[in-house]
Amino acid sequence: MQIHDTPALKAEARNLNFYYGEAQALKNINMPIYDKKVTALIGPSGCGKSTYLRSFNRMHDLYPGNRYEGEIRFFPDNTNLLAADVDPIEVRMRIGMVFQKPNPFPKSIFENVAYGLRVRGENNKRVLDDKVEHALKGAAIWEEVKDRLPEQAPNLSGGQQQRLCIARALATDPELLLFDEPTSALDPIATGAIEELIHELKKRVTILIVTHNMQQAARVSDYTAYMYLGEMLEFGKTDEIFIKPQDKRTEDYITGRMG
Amino acid sequence: MNDSQHLSSQFDDDLSRLRTHVLQMGGLVETQVSAAIEAYETGEIASVKTIVETDRKVNELEKAIDDDCAHIIAKRQPTASDLRLILGISKIVTDLERAGDEAKKIAKSVRRIYENGHLPSQYGVGIRHLADAALVMVRQSLDAFARLDAELANSVIRADSAVDAEFKSIFRQLITHMMEDPRTITTSIEIVTIARAIERIGDHAKNISEQVVFIVEGRDVRHTKEKVQ
Repeated sequence: MQIHDTPALKAEARNLNFYYGEAQALKNINMPIYDKKVTALIGPSGCGKSTYLRSFNRMHDLYPGNRYEGEIRFFPDNTNLLAADVDPIEVRMRIGMVFQKPNPFPKSIFENVAYGLRVRGENNKRVLDDKVEHALKGAAIWEEVKDRLPEQAPNLSGGQQQRLCIARALATDPELLLFDEPTSALDPIATGAIEELIHELKKRVTILIVTHNMQQAARVSDYTAYMYLGEMLEFGKTDEIFIKPQDKRTEDYITGRMG
Repeated sequence: MNDSQHLSSQFDDDLSRLRTHVLQMGGLVETQVSAAIEAYETGEIASVKTIVETDRKVNELEKAIDDDCAHIIAKRQPTASDLRLILGISKIVTDLERAGDEAKKIAKSVRRIYENGHLPSQYGVGIRHLADAALVMVRQSLDAFARLDAELANSVIRADSAVDAEFKSIFRQLITHMMEDPRTITTSIEIVTIARAIERIGDHAKNISEQVVFIVEGRDVRHTKEKVQ
């Protein structure tokens, strides 16, 4: 790899293993996440990409029997996200997540976005107004909802709900955003809007995205990692992976061959 | 390149049909070129008509193959080796079509030469030699495509400079002839045209081989001095 254009690190997995009880779901993952870049995780179902993604905001802590080994270093402070003394709530303030299905809270549009800020103890009306507007603008949905902020969020269309969820994730000014198949429940137009948004967002935040849609990975990401059976088989610049992958198994997967 | 099958057998069918069409087109162009050289040597200008007709088929195939490439891209969004194959093919057919045009040019020059008299025998040997070398390049570039053989493709790329040198030497000879005896100018100009066309056919074979290297290895070796690793 060339050194000259390697961007700064935002995070890095080091010898990361993960176990659901006895079953090992991640095997010795070593992978850089570059600052203000989009990194896509691709691979067949069950390859561990969602498990890996969820390790970043300690989602697995919610279930007993799950176990991490190794580290995920988070920069610039070089914190090990997986360390026992790191508070998962703090981690989730810095690392936002957007899921496959839009999951707005059964509250107003405004309150959905303000929620994370309120959890943080922010109650000043003016600050909340400002931050909610800023987040909704960042998620490219402000023009559509600015006159209906008190309305119930679940009444929005699917694509709008997903952008609202992105706004909700943005409200706490996260440094890293995790997307777990963010467009798989959306139509092509709404998908296009989200992809455009991801492109805008990377100016200020690092993004890690799991997608089943190969063309989406090719379109939105700067780096791509191919995972298979809990291992990371290939990591590289997206442009290179989609033209000339190094590993035959990556090639078989992205060209739709049996592997 | 990847020989294993796609999950979609229809995609496999599409790709193998595409490759067959390219080889068919290549076969036609090869026939055109050798028929044109044959006519040059024998003066059988009846075959000129056949060569021109074959060119129409070649043009049709070019359009059909390009159309198939567009459909595959639209329907399958090919990646990696599949993408390189489609991109390579769409350039290869352009070169094949132009090689066919050059064969047509040769045929027409041959007709003009023999309609005005007959070929002075001293011109035969050099052109035959040049044409043989170019034909080998065409044949091998198609073989390299059929077998996805980057090594063979590289040897075609290397062979091109010999054909270029051969053309220059024929060109110099003809200039000398024309200066010594201006009555040969009309014929000599036609022969320069023919030699030039053969040299261009070699260039097209080289371009095709460069695409084969790209398809197989993902390296773009166009416009580079160090073609071979």
